[in-house]
Amino acid sequence: MFTAIIAITLMALFFGLLLGFASIRFKVEGDPIVDQIDKLLPQTQCGQCSFPGCRPYAEAMAAGEADINRCPPGGESTIQALADLLEVEAKPLDDECGVEKPKTLAVIVEDRCIGCTLCIQACPVDAILGAAKQMHTVIADECTGCELCVPPCPVDCIDMVETKLNPNTWRWPDPAHVDLKLGGQS
Amino acid sequence: MTDELSSFPGGLILDGQKKRSTQTEIRKTPLSKKLTLPLQQHIGTPSAPIVKVGDKVLKGQKIARADGHLSVYLHAPSSGTVIAIDDQAIPHPSGLSGLCITIETDGKDTWIERQPIEDFTTLTEHEVRQLLREAGIVGLGGAGFPSFIKLNPGVHHAVETLIINGVECEPYITCDDMIMRERANGILDGIQIMKYALRVKRCVIVIEDNKPEAISIMKQALEERKECHHLKETQVVVIPTRYPTGSEKQLIQVVTGKQVPGNGIPIEIGIVCHNVGTTYAIGRAIKYGEPLISRIVTVTGTDVKHAGNFETLFGTPMHELLAFCDTHREQGEPFILGGPMMGYNLSGDHLPVTKTANCILVGVDNAAPDSTPLPCIRCGECATACPVSLLPQQLYWFSRAKDLEKTREYNLFDCIECGCCSYVCPSKIPLVHYFRFAKTETMNQEQEHQKADIARQRHENRLTRHELEKREKEERQRQRKAALAATKAAKEKEALSQTDNQEN
Repeated sequence: MFTAIIAITLMALFFGLLLGFASIRFKVEGDPIVDQIDKLLPQTQCGQCSFPGCRPYAEAMAAGEADINRCPPGGESTIQALADLLEVEAKPLDDECGVEKPKTLAVIVEDRCIGCTLCIQACPVDAILGAAKQMHTVIADECTGCELCVPPCPVDCIDMVETKLNPNTWRWPDPAHVDLKLGGQS
Repeated sequence: MTDELSSFPGGLILDGQKKRSTQTEIRKTPLSKKLTLPLQQHIGTPSAPIVKVGDKVLKGQKIARADGHLSVYLHAPSSGTVIAIDDQAIPHPSGLSGLCITIETDGKDTWIERQPIEDFTTLTEHEVRQLLREAGIVGLGGAGFPSFIKLNPGVHHAVETLIINGVECEPYITCDDMIMRERANGILDGIQIMKYALRVKRCVIVIEDNKPEAISIMKQALEERKECHHLKETQVVVIPTRYPTGSEKQLIQVVTGKQVPGNGIPIEIGIVCHNVGTTYAIGRAIKYGEPLISRIVTVTGTDVKHAGNFETLFGTPMHELLAFCDTHREQGEPFILGGPMMGYNLSGDHLPVTKTANCILVGVDNAAPDSTPLPCIRCGECATACPVSLLPQQLYWFSRAKDLEKTREYNLFDCIECGCCSYVCPSKIPLVHYFRFAKTETMNQEQEHQKADIARQRHENRLTRHELEKREKEERQRQRKAALAATKAAKEKEALSQTDNQEN
């Protein structure tokens, strides 16, 4: 009787220590599910989901505090991918957050720019270059089209232009939806 | 090595339809008033213009330079004035436009001073490649890959065999056939230079057995010059006609029995492949100092009255070329650029002839009546016909469902888009179109992911920078406060000691 109790207690102690050691030794940094969700988000850092950036939104989703349909730049495909990952039902985009729009790019009208640096401070990905009282310019390759630079501009010199399709970024249209005789033009 | 030919799985025996365009010799297309030259006529980065609007240019003058490594120079095909550098319609399946240099010709066709090199052995291999890059030479078989890169064996690979591709397996197209018939010596000039640049001993000129004239002419030309040092161990190899033997990897498999790894390139197994047209252009570029400013274009089809092959300056509007051949075609009616199997429909009227335009096809014999695709009946014909041993049927399901990851697992990117599967499909499903769609979609997603990764990184960097700045600011404030407190304390102490002194 006593031997059994002692044996079980000792084993419990041993395994407890082992688990305790493993949890410290093999600790996983961060929350992997958050990383996975974050990977699916478009990283525009636009805040339309009402969270300050893509990662906070991913964290909220992982904690079950936010819905999966709050990302307008990602649109339908992102919602679908999130639904697959989190094994929940996909739903239409929450129009409270905005609507899915074609990709845009910020362009500074250089004649009007007064060099106030307000847009530089607003840009979440440091895609605007310039200094006080110097003309600013957008690094087109880095711009995510989040539109956060537009409201702070005091002279309204930032235009959001739709990114133009060129032959290198063009995609063959989905054959299920086009008339092939037109040479792929849809 | 080539006594025994090997084979590849699948493939098709097609009706060549090549007679129509081989009845007359190669003719010159009349000089157009306006030449429109897209800056991207090759695989890689577009060339960068080095002329301004209003500049006078001579025939063969460089008008755009190579931008980056994977790029070549571009030349004025005739003398005249640069009248525009802007977006113009280009021959691309999208129907989109691209940046072009437009030259108004003066009709004089005055050459710039050329620098012919009589003895290419006075050049180093590197110099040969540099000259070819400056001459704008790209693969003329259809892909347009810069040739100078494919003539660099590098330090890791020794090249065993140079294959000159005169197969031209796609129906209707005959530009390679005609160039072999009429310019065999020019091709041999090119072979010598290529063998020299690649330091390769063996060379095989591969021709399909449906071109008896080209075979005998090439053999004879080779016999006449067999004493030439750089043409030793060079031979003509005749292979049976089967589509798509002209595709690089399939050709290598037929000639050498070796398979190029799925995501590899031929040089990894010691083989380099060049098209006969490219070979001819390389000979001209070195021996006569002539850059690539024209190519042979096959114009054929049931609606073309005077079908044939035409030496055409780049930038010549296709509709002028079609009019020259007396083509029955309504304005805006689509035609095919390339062959019936791998070509694509174009419908614009003012599209220029480019370096990769090998054939313009207007009207196909026994064209299948337009019909909506029927459901797949899983007959498996497509898998039998596939020369790369893929499973088109599976790929079709995955592409349709947009399951891009799965298409990748089933090696979609090994697909050469030869069109055999679509051709044999009894339900007339446009399989290749589905595969092109899935390929471009995958590449696009990858690009977007890369962009998102960069954006995430930049955002994180920004956040850490702000954090750091904030902490530095706090630190500074703390120090300043401490300093202020110290001076205050010191002052108080001083004041105290002064009062003490006074009291004393």
